[in-house]
Amino acid sequence: MNHLLRSLAPISDSGWKELDDEARERLAPALAARRLVDFSGPHGWDYSATNLGRAAALKSAPCDGVTGSQRRVLPLVEARASFQLSLSELRDIDRGADDADLAPLDKAAHQIAVAENKAVFHGWKGAMEGIAEASPHKGLTLGSKPDAYRRPVAAAVERLLQSGISGPYGLALGGEEYQRVVEGAEHGGYPLFEHLHKILDGPIVWAPGVGGAVVVSLRGGDFAFESGQDLSIGYETHDAETVSLYLEESFSFHVATPEAAVPLA
Amino acid sequence: MGFDQYHEPPEELPPATRTFARLCASLTEEAEAIGWYEQRIAVETDPEALAVMRDAQGEEFKHFSMDLEFLLRRSPAWREIAEGVLFQAGDIVEHGEEAESDTFDSGGADGEAGYPAGSLGIGSLKGALR
Repeated sequence: MNHLLRSLAPISDSGWKELDDEARERLAPALAARRLVDFSGPHGWDYSATNLGRAAALKSAPCDGVTGSQRRVLPLVEARASFQLSLSELRDIDRGADDADLAPLDKAAHQIAVAENKAVFHGWKGAMEGIAEASPHKGLTLGSKPDAYRRPVAAAVERLLQSGISGPYGLALGGEEYQRVVEGAEHGGYPLFEHLHKILDGPIVWAPGVGGAVVVSLRGGDFAFESGQDLSIGYETHDAETVSLYLEESFSFHVATPEAAVPLA
Repeated sequence: MGFDQYHEPPEELPPATRTFARLCASLTEEAEAIGWYEQRIAVETDPEALAVMRDAQGEEFKHFSMDLEFLLRRSPAWREIAEGVLFQAGDIVEHGEEAESDTFDSGGADGEAGYPAGSLGIGSLKGALR
């Protein structure tokens, strides 16, 4: 048994399978960052920091004639979204029910996906810097009219090319912006989604939690997501009626090439 | 050649499992190549040709080892068993039985698809279909 303590929960094997399948189904479409940045790991729950390859000089040393420096690392964060499920719903799953109420799990899955997206694209204060805030390319706006999205996206791609950043490129769109693009057709009726895809030569990704949009290069080596423990469900406690569980992961995110992305406010 | 490494419909497999399957296929190919070079070296008499093939076989040793290390990193149970078998003096079968017993009778090191027990095994989604 590992630290998730799953075998202590009053949940059958089929119950765990149902919960894991449901979580996977809810998480995969919403984990936008993982569609656009480099992913390494999982390195395990006991993995604590990412090597940055840098060191800072120490002001003093234990004795004369010696100098010292200290390695700089990026500590991983632990993200956790807790939720409670009804034990009677879990018993119904064991009886073969295919409509069990797993809404609390669905909500937790959405929350932790949003947290991951926000951390990668907008940063996690005190823990890591996000793609948008690290980018030197400021000033482009997406606007509120989807008909006009084509210009800023093309301008973002042009800025990347001018910076020597090759494609293909991907576009992370916040929830509202994504909906506008999917619904949108330009004046001649050509679907906006297809047009943007042609400009980018890469995916257009639904990114809940992202404010506006971000164009990123997909060439690799620019953005590093390092996973310690990948998303998992663990057990906290239970009483006669409910079981308390959580979704959890540990990760770090590091921008190696700030100019490889353009935020569109 | 197609997509022979998949035993199940690829679209139903999570990306991490597809990657795992690709490396399993690669491991098999490297082992085959090592065997082929071993046979060619056994029958070749030209010293220059032998030198070239020995060098090529060394490359396959390296490829096989890298593939294996990748797979062991993604499969803690496999790694735990391998640690009990590889580079150990003595009876190979005995070590294998002990390593298997130690790994699984102690509650198991991991679950499926190379991720620790409880992990959803999502991993990278770069290039994944919706």
